[in-house]
Amino acid sequence: MKDWRYWLAEQRGTLLAFGIFIAMFVIYTTNHPAGFTANVVQTASNKGVLLAFVAMAQTLVVITAGIDLSVGMIFTLTNCLASWLVIGTGIETAFGVVAVLGTGLLCGAINGAIVIYGRLQPIVATIATGAVYFGIALLLRPFPGGSVNEDLADALTGRLFGVVPASLVVLLAVVLIVWVPFSRSVLGRAAYAAGSSETAAYMSGVPIRRGKFAAYALAGLLAAIGGLFLTFFTYTGDAAYASGNAYTLFSIAAVVLGGVSLFGGKGSAIGAIFGALAFRTIGDLLFVFDFDPLWQPLFQGVILLIAVSLGAFALFRVRNRLEWFL
Amino acid sequence: MDGAVPLFRMEGISKRYGGVRALEKAELSVTPGSIHAILGENGAGKSTLIKVMAGVVAPDEGRMILDGSEVSFASPAAANKAGIVCIFQELSLVPELSVADNIVISDPPTRFGMIDRKAQRRIAEEALARAGGADIHPLALVKDLPLSRRQMVEIAKALARKPRILILDEATSALTATDVAKIFEVLKRLREEGLALLYISHRMNEIAELADQCTVFRNGRNVASYAAGSKSDNEVVELMIGREYSHIFPPKPVRAVSDAAPVLEARKLSWADRLDNVSLTVGAGEVVGLGGLDGQGQRELLLAFFGVLRGLSGQILIDGKPVAIASPAAARDDRIGMALIPEDRKTEGLMLPMTVRENLSFAALDRLSKAGIIDRAAEQRLIDDMVGLLAIKTAGLDIPVGALSGGNQQKVVIAKWLMRQPRIILLNDPTRGIDVGTKQELYQLMRKLADAGAAILFYSTDYDELIGCCDRVLVLYDGAVKRELVGAEITERALISSALNIHGENAGPRQGADA
Repeated sequence: MKDWRYWLAEQRGTLLAFGIFIAMFVIYTTNHPAGFTANVVQTASNKGVLLAFVAMAQTLVVITAGIDLSVGMIFTLTNCLASWLVIGTGIETAFGVVAVLGTGLLCGAINGAIVIYGRLQPIVATIATGAVYFGIALLLRPFPGGSVNEDLADALTGRLFGVVPASLVVLLAVVLIVWVPFSRSVLGRAAYAAGSSETAAYMSGVPIRRGKFAAYALAGLLAAIGGLFLTFFTYTGDAAYASGNAYTLFSIAAVVLGGVSLFGGKGSAIGAIFGALAFRTIGDLLFVFDFDPLWQPLFQGVILLIAVSLGAFALFRVRNRLEWFL
Repeated sequence: MDGAVPLFRMEGISKRYGGVRALEKAELSVTPGSIHAILGENGAGKSTLIKVMAGVVAPDEGRMILDGSEVSFASPAAANKAGIVCIFQELSLVPELSVADNIVISDPPTRFGMIDRKAQRRIAEEALARAGGADIHPLALVKDLPLSRRQMVEIAKALARKPRILILDEATSALTATDVAKIFEVLKRLREEGLALLYISHRMNEIAELADQCTVFRNGRNVASYAAGSKSDNEVVELMIGREYSHIFPPKPVRAVSDAAPVLEARKLSWADRLDNVSLTVGAGEVVGLGGLDGQGQRELLLAFFGVLRGLSGQILIDGKPVAIASPAAARDDRIGMALIPEDRKTEGLMLPMTVRENLSFAALDRLSKAGIIDRAAEQRLIDDMVGLLAIKTAGLDIPVGALSGGNQQKVVIAKWLMRQPRIILLNDPTRGIDVGTKQELYQLMRKLADAGAAILFYSTDYDELIGCCDRVLVLYDGAVKRELVGAEITERALISSALNIHGENAGPRQGADA
């Protein structure tokens, strides 16, 4: 077989998510009253990148065969923190951004330390830490409020050269600065190897623990970038429980749509980004067709079910039934 | 090889697992530029020996000397650094990663902190070529490769680590004849290059072709070392025999010849490349053993009867009538009445955190319930019967079954199935890791059940048990029944030599399949 065929096989999940997104987006813009304009793209992009960042965060952990149920809460916590800190002069704002991102990294690192060194199951550990992070967010912002450096916020949610949404550019930059180096580093490979077969990875002398730890910590960082952007869009901080939980659950949906295996070891954050954008567009589709918004959760659920069912076909080929349970 | 300075020596290495002695003052010395074969029957300590060498388990006592200085390895990675690389029987490849990723996995080439994919590709291609697997594409995912190709990748991966000592544990067991020939070329070339190779195999013809030096293990000790070719196959078998008899077996009744149809019969069962035209019968009241080396298809055969395997060809007959068994639930159904005592009680036999009571009644819940409601009184009666019959020692029925000793856990697994009064009982190495006292109780029980009319198919890796318990033993090799031993024919010598497939059948099945 030629090299490109292997590349294609490896990227199948990502390409499928890309295809679903493009199809949805074309339907969306062609039926949108305003059509395919810079404004429509900017709005869609600003809504989409929030989930995209959280989905990227989820991807890192899912690759190690874990799951992070605290990403939505880190997202909420960093939103509340940013509404206090990302304000004032250029220096003060810069300090605020660093502090917010550092907080996200710390939250992720705590998750990682508990799961890896404390040997707790990821589900339990991150439900607990998620509750703690939300608790802190609530103390920071008992009521919605605060403010943010509006110049920075407007620059990052506006358009570059009048056409390109700045939020998409930031997303691309984060992919290039965080995801690409991670996925090509030894630690990234260790995270994949640990997710695919921890025993084999251990027997091969792979730094499993460091790889998994890096994945959890970077997940916190990515969720914090999402939280920062939420502040830029809303200009406020809001410790909203329902919204935090929804982001956690949607991030899992986006990851699955993006071809990342919940069993670990397989998939990419790029796929998850397209999964997130597609998932958002599915929701928006109903609006352009004038459906009652009440239909949105049901419709999103049905699309998600169809997408994940595609992944179950491999079970038909299993010859030893005990392998069903592996 | 005499006079050559050993590269690596092990002195007085001992290792115990719980009460089981795996290695007892074992010695081994390895010289560069030679292939050293390790022989021994199941459980003789070979696997533990190489695990100690490769840093997977730490020995309880003893020294290892590499290049004249004492070493100890905390992990496989540490052993790799010292130049000792092991290709394990259970493959150590990561399935979702590509061949190239796997080959460089323990030490990938990096550039600016990231993995250098071009260099990785080059290393992988070189290693594959050296391992004789140049036809394998470095970008293919390991999980998509057939087993024999994976084995080549495993060897390439080992070579990429630039070993000084390469250990191959049953490295050829999944390979076809052409692949084996290729690997032999590779191994001989590596020997020329000055590597020390340790070769563990049960295939006597392979050892005869490859090895310079042989060491035989028995009961965790090295009992003999000799230059390859200086002993006949029979002498080697003689060295491997000699386990200490420590079990007491119930007497075997003399069975009357009956013309009733056998309770369980298989006709030409084949499955994937693991079962090859297996035919057998088990009559009422009979204990039939499955012998042979570990992993020759015994487990698959039992799973085939129990309805776990798909795409099985051949026929299964119960009481002389062909049946299709589609699942374990169908197998345990009263019309068939089969029970399987699985190999790994912790994963396949018990729900460890659940109580003894719950575990006992799992397999019989359908019988104990009416309209989906469990009849607690009936359950209690049956459980009391079983706890009494098997003398299960437990502090109570409502404690987690994981808190019991290994022997009592195994009794719970057996009792759980006996609650259904099965007519056909399949046992997959049921005495592994349990104490001698419980073993003896199980032997008595097995005979008692047979006398009550059950048909028993019993796989064991312990030759003593096969000799002591079975009316007949079928020896499997490469998924096929190689020999049937009846009554007094069941001796340790016969079991070992037929397990190794020697005695006039030296050609072995692989050449046969290849022709």
